[in-house]
Amino acid sequence: MKLTGKAWKFGADVDTDAIIPARRLNTSDPAELAKYCMEDADPDFVRKMKAGDLIVAGKNFGCGSSREHAPIAIKAAGVSCVIAPSFARIFYRNAFNMGLPIFECAEAAADIREGDEVTVDAGTGVIRNATTGAEYRAAPIPPFMQELIADGGLMAHLAKKARAG
Amino acid sequence: MTITEKILAAHAGLPRVEPGQIINVRVDVALGNDITAPIAIREFKQAGANRVFDRSRVVLVPDHFAPNKDILSAEQCKVLRDFAREQDLEHYFEIGEMGVEHALLPEQGIVGPGDVVIGADSHTCTYGALGAFSTGVGSTDLAAAMITGEAWFKVPESMKFVYTGKLGPWVEGKDLILATIGRIGVDGALYRAMEFTGPAIDALGMDDRFTMANMAIEAGGKSGIIAPDATTRAYVEGRVKRPPTYYESGPDARYREVIEIDCSRLRPQVAFPHLPSNTRSVDEAGTVAIDQVVIGSCTNGRIEDLRRAARVMRGQRVAPYVRCLVIPATQEIYRQALQEGLIEVFLDAKAAVSTPTCGPCLGGHMGILAKGERAVATTNRNFVGRMGHPESEVYLTNPAVAAASAVLGRIASPEEVAA
Repeated sequence: MKLTGKAWKFGADVDTDAIIPARRLNTSDPAELAKYCMEDADPDFVRKMKAGDLIVAGKNFGCGSSREHAPIAIKAAGVSCVIAPSFARIFYRNAFNMGLPIFECAEAAADIREGDEVTVDAGTGVIRNATTGAEYRAAPIPPFMQELIADGGLMAHLAKKARAG
Repeated sequence: MTITEKILAAHAGLPRVEPGQIINVRVDVALGNDITAPIAIREFKQAGANRVFDRSRVVLVPDHFAPNKDILSAEQCKVLRDFAREQDLEHYFEIGEMGVEHALLPEQGIVGPGDVVIGADSHTCTYGALGAFSTGVGSTDLAAAMITGEAWFKVPESMKFVYTGKLGPWVEGKDLILATIGRIGVDGALYRAMEFTGPAIDALGMDDRFTMANMAIEAGGKSGIIAPDATTRAYVEGRVKRPPTYYESGPDARYREVIEIDCSRLRPQVAFPHLPSNTRSVDEAGTVAIDQVVIGSCTNGRIEDLRRAARVMRGQRVAPYVRCLVIPATQEIYRQALQEGLIEVFLDAKAAVSTPTCGPCLGGHMGILAKGERAVATTNRNFVGRMGHPESEVYLTNPAVAAASAVLGRIASPEEVAA
């Protein structure tokens, strides 16, 4: 699967309150959460971005709360994937569990500028910056996580295991 | 093996485990709250599940936006209530019994030493203070555990922290953990288990230990853990319902890093906006005028916290135009504070005392900040917009510093107010 879009840059330690603030957590409806995606980091983000665009951020993306509303809001807003040097562990786990592709790549996160056209091959982890021609390779996804993605997330993975007995 | 590896191996049915290994473990307790459980319950139903794996091991606590702050929150709490009734859950806590989950579960003896606990709340790491492996997960992981009684984990590398020296006056568990986060950063323990050891930890009471383990996540940690000792045993005996298992790290334990922290010169800490790692000593805070003080939360809403705050506030008065909110973390803590006369101290000082709730800590309700306002809070996060308006500010401190700040209307050291 190829993910292509414009890059939107954010800094280091983007926390889950910045991704979706608690005042929006009285619902878990994805369409409603999508309206406020990244609200406290950039109030205009959802109006500026287009479906398929990417978030490129600094280290420790998604730190703080365990709220699954954070990856849900990003995915429902139409963001195709997130590239960062590292992710906070609960966010990392949640993203895989609910099917938001994320890629760990320090070089790409540092080099890619806002507005660059970027393509990511989700299968190989090759990140291509069409604007500059530069190419990067994301850290390989552990085999178990690849299995989760292939099955369509944790719940689908468990259902498959249950069927296999 | 480390204490963490021993607990995980026992729950995976393996003789030993290595960092990096992916394992499936049996979960002793799976926890959700009114923000995270509605999604888990939806996933549970969508998967076609009928019964939770064990009605005594799935715990639901409506504590975040409860007592219901608005209609949507009421609907979310109702999802928990309906599910608890349908599944006949042993541990569902209605308003009146409800407490802030991470103060409530240890108090009620639902979690104990040697357990593996997952919770759809990042501060689930709190129970590591009992010598349990305990970590925050998302709602989908909770849904899976509610059905299967299991969860998958990558065995974390461990980091050992050795705290030495005697703590000075008004220096508490909160200051040890803030100083630690200040030193290693908000991702300094990313994906790792933080093992807190040393003579300064041995000397800490349980409430301070809960505070320390609670904030492991603020350093990016997967878990925080303290090996059980006599203090732990005294706390859990007669309280924990299942027989506890006491683990400790073996002589062969391997650590990614060992960090020594001398506490003898440590002063009360203040984490400035907008990261818990942005710490300095209270003496270096300068003049920071404040609008609100919050004393409570899963980090610092326990009885020892309220005693320290009351010691500072006794005979004092909250500064003009400053709001001071005191939120005992559970009903039992509230009752004990009442019996010890602490509530009266707070009322005399013109502080507001609230029923247990997470409320203001995450900008939910009961103390939201306006644009440009500043709060001193004994909570755990000071991110942008955490307690209200994106242009408000939160300063994290221990309860004694928070109480002194309420009295003087600026960030203040307890020595400025009390002896």
